[in-house]
Formats: sequence, structure tokens, C-alpha cells
Amino acid sequence: MAAPPLPPPDPQFVLRGAQSAVHTLHFCEGAQGQGRPLLLSGSLRGLVHIWSLQTRRVVATLDGHGGQCVTWLQTLPQGPQLLSQGRDLKLCVWDLAEGRNAVVDSVLLESVGFCRGSVLAGGLQRWLLAVPGRGSDEVQILEMPSKTSVCSLKPEAQARLGMPMCLQLWQADSSPRPLLLAGYEDGSVALWDVSSRKVCSRVSCHTEPVMGLDFDSQEARGVSGSAEKALAVWSLDEQQALQVRGTHVLTNPGIADVKIRPDRKILATAGWDHRVRVFHWRTMKPLAVLAFHSATVHCVAFADDGLLATGSGDQRISVWSLYPCT
Amino acid sequence: MDPEVSAVRLTVWEAVHILSSSEDGGRIFCTLGSLKRYLGATENPALPEEQEEFVRIHFSTFLRCLVSKLSPDWLELLPDGQMEELWASFFLEGPADQAFLVLMESIEGAASPSFCLMKMAQLLARFLSVGRMAAVMEGQCRQQAGPAFPLLQETLLTKVVGLPDRLGNRLQRENLATFLPQNYFPLLGEEVLRVLQVVVDSLRGGLDCSVSFLSQVLGKACVHGRQKEVLGVLVPRLTVLTQGSCLWQRVCWCLVERVPDWAMEAVLKGFVEAAPGPEVLSRLLGNVVTKSKKAQFVMTRKLLFLQYSCTMPMLQSLLGYLAMDSQRRSLLMQALKELLETWGSSSAIRHVPLVQQRYVSKAILICLAHLGEAELRDSRDELLASLMEGVKSRLDSSLPPVRRLGMIVAEVASARIHPEGPPLKFQYEEDELTREMLALAMPRPAADGPSEAGPSFAPVSGETPDRETVDRSGPQTGPEGSDSELDSDDEFVPYDMSVDREQRSSKAPSYVRGCLEALTGSEDWERWEAALWALEGLIFRSPAATQEVSVELAKVLLHLEEKTAVVGFEGLRQRALVALTVTDPARVAEYLTTQFYALNYSLRQRMDILDVLTLAAQELSRPGRLGKAPQRGSPDPGSQPGGAVVPAWRAVVEERVRRKTRRFSKGSAGRAPAVGPNEFNSVAGYFFFPLLQHFDRPLVTFDLLGDDQLVLGRLAHTLGALMYLAVNTTVAVPMGKALLEFVWALRFHGDAYVRQGLLSAVSAVLLSVPAERLLADLLDELLEARSWLGDVAEKDPDKDCRLLAVKALLLLEKLRDKLLPLSSP
Repeated sequence: MAAPPLPPPDPQFVLRGAQSAVHTLHFCEGAQGQGRPLLLSGSLRGLVHIWSLQTRRVVATLDGHGGQCVTWLQTLPQGPQLLSQGRDLKLCVWDLAEGRNAVVDSVLLESVGFCRGSVLAGGLQRWLLAVPGRGSDEVQILEMPSKTSVCSLKPEAQARLGMPMCLQLWQADSSPRPLLLAGYEDGSVALWDVSSRKVCSRVSCHTEPVMGLDFDSQEARGVSGSAEKALAVWSLDEQQALQVRGTHVLTNPGIADVKIRPDRKILATAGWDHRVRVFHWRTMKPLAVLAFHSATVHCVAFADDGLLATGSGDQRISVWSLYPCT
Repeated sequence: MDPEVSAVRLTVWEAVHILSSSEDGGRIFCTLGSLKRYLGATENPALPEEQEEFVRIHFSTFLRCLVSKLSPDWLELLPDGQMEELWASFFLEGPADQAFLVLMESIEGAASPSFCLMKMAQLLARFLSVGRMAAVMEGQCRQQAGPAFPLLQETLLTKVVGLPDRLGNRLQRENLATFLPQNYFPLLGEEVLRVLQVVVDSLRGGLDCSVSFLSQVLGKACVHGRQKEVLGVLVPRLTVLTQGSCLWQRVCWCLVERVPDWAMEAVLKGFVEAAPGPEVLSRLLGNVVTKSKKAQFVMTRKLLFLQYSCTMPMLQSLLGYLAMDSQRRSLLMQALKELLETWGSSSAIRHVPLVQQRYVSKAILICLAHLGEAELRDSRDELLASLMEGVKSRLDSSLPPVRRLGMIVAEVASARIHPEGPPLKFQYEEDELTREMLALAMPRPAADGPSEAGPSFAPVSGETPDRETVDRSGPQTGPEGSDSELDSDDEFVPYDMSVDREQRSSKAPSYVRGCLEALTGSEDWERWEAALWALEGLIFRSPAATQEVSVELAKVLLHLEEKTAVVGFEGLRQRALVALTVTDPARVAEYLTTQFYALNYSLRQRMDILDVLTLAAQELSRPGRLGKAPQRGSPDPGSQPGGAVVPAWRAVVEERVRRKTRRFSKGSAGRAPAVGPNEFNSVAGYFFFPLLQHFDRPLVTFDLLGDDQLVLGRLAHTLGALMYLAVNTTVAVPMGKALLEFVWALRFHGDAYVRQGLLSAVSAVLLSVPAERLLADLLDELLEARSWLGDVAEKDPDKDCRLLAVKALLLLEKLRDKLLPLSSP
């Protein structure tokens, strides 16, 4: 019974060549016919690299942020369109169809923070975009591609939440009303009803700024990581009230990013302590500690087939295949 | 003399005559029947005066005559045991005290073993079982406690309480179950209760009664050590009866107050033990402590200071009892003052067993919990003075348990006595004892229902179904809740997560010299910390480089202060120093031992030196050290991925070899212990002798024979340890000799910790020096030590000292056994 634990796994492969710290990663479906998805990475020097997981080489490099760090990448389900957010206060929309790589549109941002945007695209032509707004504590909701400002979500003045640090737009299956989960600088997570511009509920789950969160809408349960030494798991009940379910103490402080795998079995965290931690999502049982990187891990991303990519300040992207999807 | 009186006398004479001469059953029967009239049980009883005269004058005589006639033949004069029945009825229906005395007298007078004796014993058993003992005692209660029959009362008392002993002596193996003390005394308790009931009833009826005989019975039974049996019956019943009845309470108080002084202690202790709580105790005892000097002495001094056998519930009942009435509270305050004085007396700390010290400490805490703030404020100065003195002398003690008691009591007491003042706060480990003591200090809830109600089972049985339903519903929801959790399909097996450690700065120096620099000159605290972490590994990895700077490094480490809040700073520093000493023993040990007696060091540093020397010596003398040494450097995480593979491979091969090899003996399958020369051999002198040189020369800052006895104790322990580790070395003999001299010089030291060190040093000498050399070179010292050890083993107040002395004596014995077979042929 007392079998020794398996030695920690090694990465399946490592992508080198970003030539600067990797700050964001995103998997997207490749063009038809290509079996494996593409991996997009955004770097500190402002470049977006598109990696083929087949050849493990850079397919294309996009330079649209004037040398400023790329903090967020996201593709849209309709058509090969890419959103990239940079610290040059610009959000670019790229057209990647048929080998093109041109900026077709861009949105000027008004926040200098590190907050990543979020997208809600219901498969329609129009989609919602949430980005940090003009006021330091505001979140702005835009309707794309028309770039009309739908509203701006500003917490009550006495709430003192600080800046928004991470956003996630989502929609419950039962209702068409878009909802926004936002992690704030004071360590709390708030649920906004976008249409009524009200905070439905708010829960203080950290004592430090929330650095990343992810939400499992089927189980109405989410997880957030912050600059402190703990992960918080919280849930949403029928009255749309957030409740902290538990906290999981880590060895070292600082979580840069949290992602739940699309099949909702496991979740991965990017740690400031150079390590990626993998947990069982439902039980929060620690499963693995990946000590491969030699600098802060900035981002983690899961592909639909379960592949895990992690990007770090050591300029490397490691790709892992853990607990394969069934 | 009037004719009626002589008529009774004549009748009795005649009856006695008939009984002694006649063999005719019918005649005897008639005679006895006619006498029965005088007992008033028949249909035509005699005149009351006649009855009275018969009972007063003739009854005992007549009973004795009946006893003397008792024989098998005589009983069979009438069929169907009629004769026996009639015979017995005189004992059972006549005045109980006389009947009882005659019975006891004849049982003691009867030849053992005989028919008579057995008959009488059975009759006595019957006497007891029909409740005549209550009648005996009741008679005494009704007699107005006049001075009329003190002698008779005394005799009765002795016989009533001594019944089990006397019967046991007479009957030996034939003894009846009723007369066994474990059965008799509960019965006596029941009877006492019945008499009390009668007393209460007659008091209600306006008749005067006295309970002093009952008090005497109770006292005597308790003095005989039968508190549990008697009070085990009495107290629960009295608890119920006194609830809500003033009369019962008064009778009960009277019962306790009338207990003679010689029995007061036994009775009170029994009550304290049997009562379920202070409320009950207060109800049963009343203000006996203010009325009786003896009771006051027992309750406020004897049970608190002179004995320490009470359990905690008893102590709580006792002190709670004192606290429950305004008249008694002054006694509680007085007790607290005296307790604090005893607690703080430095002589008591040294000479009183630890168990009693604990007892006194707990009593203090309980007192404090009972006393109100105002009361404490009134005598704050006095209390604080004795508390502070006590804390000081306790913290000076070198025994950790004594110190800890000081800390706990000081914290609690200072918070209670002087709540506005700055709170005292000590660091001590929490354990069973501390938790218990802190719980005692919590004020008890004013009235707790269950103990008040006594043995009431109704609420318990009422609750049980509830609890069952709760229990049943608990597990039911449990599986349902966990069912959804238990999905077997994603039983993901976790990987090894041992690499997940606290992240440390990667700026650790790579060389010993680098560490030295980082530790001395660096203002970069991360580097300083990293150097401290890395040092032990570096020292082991590069002994040659270490030896170049060993003394310098030792100096730095010895003076190193904890500048940042490094986790485990002390341990890191100590491990580094030990590693250093092991790597370059001669020079570093020499340096450390000279520094031990140098001027400007704190006690902490001096004790660190001793610890380091001991640990290093232990490491050096460990057999097979060399083989293990390379593994000791902290393995670099992740740098050697193959490292984990090698043992696995070896294990596989060894397993294969083991399976294919047939072994004929199963014995000694384990690995042979590693062997090698004792490395400590060559350097033991550097460790040992310098420490012995200056202990009697006080410095300005360091006086081993004066205030710094804690370090002296540590020194004695260290020397003992070094001696023990020098086993099988050539230097052991001179070391032993020097150590015994050291022990001899300090053998009457007043501190228990020092004496413990000395005793273990003696044991170490006995273990390490070869037996022949001991006899040849150290004979005188050993003989001297032996008599000293004998003394300590018998008389030392400290338990550990006695134990250590006995161990040393055993070692001496063993030594003699070893030598005798050699010398005798």
C-alpha cells in the first residue's frame, strides 16, 4: 500500500525563443485540417508569438504593441480573430485568417494597470468586452465590434475596493443576463450584474490583491489566487451570493494566474515561487508541483484536449500532459 | 418493697429455675410465654410498671440464662423449631441495646467453633437484617445524652463499630456475608439514616432528641477507614433529603458538629470525597468550620498544606465550600494567603516534592477563581508581595517543572490580583498540565444543575433518544454528502511533492570563506540568512577549507546574533558550530573551552558552548561515522536527478539476490553495526579537561558556585556526557579520576539540577572506565562515592536524584558482580 509517490513529472516539451519573459498564453484551434491547436504567447517585449505544437516552432510573430508588454491574448469563436491587450494602453483586434496578420481594429484603454480583459461571445456577431475603465476602480463594458460603451461598473465610493485586478465575464445557462466576476485590489471578489450595473454580492477572500481567478459556471464554484500564501475557493448560490468554501494554504506566497481545465477535473496555478501547482478541482487535493522554471511563472493555459502550457520570466514556455482527459 | 415488684422478681427467679432444671418442653414453653408478657407483645400484657422493671433489672440476666441453655437437645424439646423461635423472639423483640450487648458478649465468650457460636451468629445476622441496629442507636438518641450511661454508650459504640472485626475474629472462615465490612458498613449507613429519619420525625413532633451517639458512630466508622462505605450510602441520600428541608439540614449539621475531635478529620475528608460539589458540601456541613476549631484546622490547613492526597474534584469542593458562605470566605482568603506564602517559600521549593508543589499551585488557582475582585483588592499588596517573591524564587530554580508552575501561577494570579496592571506573560509549552491548571483558574458557573440534583437519572434517560436520533441522522447525511465526492473515475494519484519547499534566496555563498564574509560584514540580510542555511553543508563538503578558518568561524558563530527573524536560527547556528567542531576538533574545542570561562559572555552563550561540545563529541564518537559523513551535506534539490535512481536499482538487485539465495539460519539477518575506531579518542582531552579547570574561580560576570548554578548544572551534565562518550578511549581513566574529584567537591550542592548532573556523571564514570582500572586506580574515590550515593538514594528530596543515585548504585553492584568471579578463585 505504501507505494512511494511517483517522481514529479517532466514537461512534454519546452518552447524556447520568446526572447523575453512570457506574460500570457492562449491556445486556439488551428486552421481546418491541422490536428493540433496553436499556442499563442505574449511577451514582455511586446511581441505575440504563434507556436505550432506540431513542429514546436514559431509560425508567426505579431508586433503591435510598440515594445510594451502583452498582458492578455484571446481568440474569438467566430472567425480567426485575435484580441491582444498590451501595456501601451491598446487592445488590438487581429485578423489571422488565411495567414494574414494585420491589426484590423484597436480599442484605446484608459487604465495603466495589469488587469486583463475578458470577453463574452455567445456565438453571435456581437460580443461583450470587459476592460478596466477610466477611473482607477472602474470596469468598462463595451459592445464589439461597434466599440459602443455599454456601461461602466463603478463600486460605491465607500466600498474602497481598489483597482480591479482580474475580470471574468460569463453568462448563466438559465438566464441571458451577462455577469462579471471581478477580483479587486483589497482581496475581495465581486459579482456584478452587468445589465443592472449592481454588485450582486461580494466576498473578501484574500488579504492581498487578487491576482487571478477562474470560475466553473456549471458547478457555480470558483477559485482565486492572490499575492498571499493561499488559494481561496468560493461558490455562488441560487441567490447569487458568493461564499468562501475554503482556503488552501501554499508553501510560498504569490499566485500570478489560476486556470481550471475545460473538463473541470484539475486546476493549475502559476506561482511567483517558480512553481506550477496542480490541484484536483473538486477536492482541492494537491496533485503535483512542477518545479521546472527558474523564474516567476506568469501564466498558465489549458487546451481543450487537456494540454497545459506555462509561461515564465525565464523566457521559456513548458508544455505538460498531466492526467489526460478521458 | 411493694408486692408487684417482688412479683416480677419472683416470676423471673422461678423462670430461671425452671429453665436451668427442667427437661420438660411444655413447661419451659409456658414459662417463657409467661415472661413474654413483660415485653408487651402478647394479648394480655403486664402492667407498664412491671414491664419497666423487667426491662431495667431482669432482662439481661434472663437473656444470659437463655444463652447458657442453648444446645441442640434443648432446642428439640419442642417440635418444628418452636423453641428456637421463642428463644430468638426475646432477642429480637426485647430492648435492642441489651439484646445486642448480650449477643456480642456471648459470641465472644462462646467456644469456637461450636453449635452455640453459629446459632448466636445467625441470630445476630437476623438481628441486623430486621433493622434492630437502628433500634439500638435510636435508644441512645432518646436517652437525652445525659451523663447517666457514658460507660454503656462507650461499650455500645465500640461494639457497634467493631462488629465486623470481632465477628471476623471469632468466626474465622465461617464468617457470614453480613458481617463483612463491605456489607456491614453500608448497612450501618442505612440504619443511621433510618435513625436520623426518626429523629427528624420526633423533632417535628416536638420531642427532644440527640444525635451525638450517631455522630460518634459515624466518627468511629470513619476513623476505622470506612468512610467510603458509610458515607457512600449516607451522602447521596442526605443530599436529596436536605434539599429544601431546613430541619434535615439542621440535623445534618448537628450530626457533623457533634463528631468528636479525634474523628473530625476522617469524617470531613469522607464528606469532601463523597460530596458531588461545593453546593452539596455546604448544605451538609453548614458552618462547622467556624464552630469547631478542629474542623477549621482540618479544612483550612491539614487538607491543603499537610496532605496532598485530595483529587482535584475534592479540592474544588473543599475550596468551593469555603467560598459559599460569607462567614467562611475570610477563611478562604486566609487560606489563599498562606498557600501563596508556602508556594513562594524558597525552602519549600527546594525540599517539597513536586507533586505537592503542583497541588498547592492548583489550590491557589482554585482559590483565585472563587474570590471576587473586591476581596482581592483589599489585600492586594500582601498577596502581590508574596506572589512576586514566589515567582522570583521559582524562576531561579533550575528544574523546568518548578519554573513552569511559577510561570502559570504568576500569569493567572497577577491577572486576577492586579487586573489593571501590566499583564505578566511567559513563554511556556502548553501541555496536559498547563491546560488543566488554566481550566482550574476559570471561575465556575454559579450553580450547576446536575450536581445539585444529585443522583437523578430522569434527564439522562430523557436525553438518550434525542442523542440517538442525532447520531442516526448524522451518518445518514454523511454518506450522502460524501457520495457525490467519491467519484472513482478521477482518483488522480498525486506526484511526489517533496520539492515544494519554502523558497529561499539563491544568493547563498558557495565557499566557507564566503559564508564567513557574509556572516560578518554583510548588510544584505538575505545573503546573511542564506549563508547561515548553507554553512553546515559547506563545512562538511570542504573540510580542508574549513580547517583554515575554523577558529575564526567559531568565533563568528559564537557571537552571532539573530538579526532577522530567521526560522530556526538557534538550530542552524548550533548545527554549524557542531559541524565545525567535528571537522576541526582540537582547535575549535580548545577555543570553545577557553571561551567558556572567558569574561564577557552571556549565560546563553556559555550553555551553547556546552551543548555544542556535547553534540560534537557525540558525533565524533559515533561508530561508522566516516562512511556516513558524505551523505550529510544537504542534497541540492533537483541537481542530481539520477540520485534517486541508484538506490532503486540497488534495491532491485539486492531483492533478486535475496530471492535466489537460500539461507540456513535466519538469525542476525540485520546488518552488522558499523565499526570503526572512536574518533573522539584523540581529542577527548581538548573537550574535557579545560572545562574542569576554572569552575571554582568566580569572575565578575560569571560565578558558577554562586548565582549561576543553572550553568553549573549544565556543566555537570556535559562532563558526564563527555565521559560517557569517551568509552573505549585511553584517556577515559584520567578523565574518570578528574570527574570523580569534581563530583566530590560539589556533592552537597543545594540545587537539585546540579546534583542530578553529578549523579549522572558518576554513572558515566562507572560505564566508561574499564572495571579493572576502576578498581586499581579509583578505588578510594569509588568507596567514598558509594556511601554518598547511598545517602542520596535514601534522603534526597528530589525524586530524580534518588532515582539516579539508585541507578548508579546498581551499576556499582553490577561492577562488583563482574569482578567477584575473577577474584574469588
